[in-house]
Amino acid sequence: MQIAQYTKAQSLTEAWELHQKRHSVILGGCCWLRLSPQRMIQHAIDLSALGLDTIEETDGEFRIGAMTSLRSLEVSAALECCTDGALKEALRHIVGVQFRNMATIGGSICGRFGFSDVITLLLALDADVVLYKGGRMKLEAFAATGAGTDVLTHVILSKAGRGTAYASLRLNATDFPIIACAVSGSAEAVRCAIGARPSRAVVLRAVRQDAAAQGPAKMARQWADAVSYGSNMRGSAEYRRDMAEVLCRRLLERVMGADV
Amino acid sequence: MMNIAYLLNGKKEKSDIEPGMMLLDFLRSKGCHSVKCGCETTNCGLCTVWLNEKPVLSCAILAARIDGQRVTTLEGMQEEARELALYMGREGAEQCGFCNPGFVMNVLAMVREVTDPTDNEINEYLSGNLCRCTGYASHLRALHAFIKAKGAVDV
Repeated sequence: MQIAQYTKAQSLTEAWELHQKRHSVILGGCCWLRLSPQRMIQHAIDLSALGLDTIEETDGEFRIGAMTSLRSLEVSAALECCTDGALKEALRHIVGVQFRNMATIGGSICGRFGFSDVITLLLALDADVVLYKGGRMKLEAFAATGAGTDVLTHVILSKAGRGTAYASLRLNATDFPIIACAVSGSAEAVRCAIGARPSRAVVLRAVRQDAAAQGPAKMARQWADAVSYGSNMRGSAEYRRDMAEVLCRRLLERVMGADV
Repeated sequence: MMNIAYLLNGKKEKSDIEPGMMLLDFLRSKGCHSVKCGCETTNCGLCTVWLNEKPVLSCAILAARIDGQRVTTLEGMQEEARELALYMGREGAEQCGFCNPGFVMNVLAMVREVTDPTDNEINEYLSGNLCRCTGYASHLRALHAFIKAKGAVDV
C-alpha cells in the first residue's frame, strides 16, 4: 500500500477541505488499511490531532469523539452502566486488546462493515452521529448512505432509560460474528438490530405492549423472518436465520424481563 | 517523504519516512528486531509494541502515527521481560519462541492495567496473542507465578 501525501489535520475545516479532493481518505484506526483493496491513497487525512478521542458525559447523553478507541469505550464504567454491559459485551470479542486500542468508533461506523458488532449495537441504541457539515443525524440514516465527503466528528448516545442486551455467535473467539443481535427496550418501544447477516445490520421495531403481548418467542420469530440472510464460509443463510431467532428471543427475555 | 519526531524506548529521535510505511517495518529498520512479522492481518499479536504505554499492533499502524508519541518495544523493557521469561522457561511456556516478544509486551501491559487478573481476564486480555506450540496452559501457569512474585515484591 502506498500513500502519496499524508496530512495531520490541524482543524476540522482543514480536514473537510482536504476530503473534498478526489481519492482522499480519512484515517481511523487504520486496522484494515493494509487489507483494503485500495493500494494507492492519494491523500491520507489524519484526525488524531483534533482531540476527537474523548467521551464527554452530560445529563442526557454521551458525546463520543470519532477517534475514541474501542478499548476506551470498553473500559468506560459510565458506558457499561448505561448500556447494561451490552457495549462491553459487543466489543470484547473484537480481535484482541491491541486491536481495540487502535480501532476507532468513527472508523467502525464509516467502514459500514456487515460484520460490525459496533454498528449492530449502536443501531439498537438508536445512536446519532454528528457530521462536520451535515450536523446531527440518526445513525440508521447515516449507515444507509455513508459520510460521502463529509467528516464524522462524534457519536451521540442518549441516556434515555432503557434496557439493553447484546449477543453474537462466533465460530471461535476473536473471529468475525456469524450473526450478531442487539435489543434495547424503553417503556414505549422495543428496538432490535440484526447484523453480520453477513451484510450490514438492519433495525426492527415493535411497540412494547405489542411485544409483551406476543411474547419473546413469537416476536423473535417474526423479527428473524423479516430479515434477509446470506451464506459465506462462516455459515449458511438458513443457519444465520435460525440463530438470529434464538439470540433475539434470549435478548428480548433479558430486556423485557417481568413484562413477558 | 515526511519527517516524524518521537520517543523510541525513552530516546528522542527524528526520522524521514514514506507516508505509507507501517510501524512494524519502521521499527525493524531502526534495529528493533524483537518486533516480529507474523500474520500481517492483525490476528496473531507477534508485532505488539506499546504506543503511549498501550499495546498496539505495529503491522496495522502507520509509522506516521507515532509523530509526537512514545513507542516502546521489547528492547526498552529488557529487565521486566527477563523476569517474565524466567517463569515462562520454568513452566515450559515457550518452544520455538517466535511469539514471545509480542506476548511479553502484552503481558506487561496487562499487569499494569489489571490488578490480580483472573484466568478469564488473562485469557481475554491475551486472546490477541497466538502461540502455535505450547497450548497456552503453560503460559497461564507462568503468568500466575510471575504475577504472584511481582505482587510479593510490590507489597
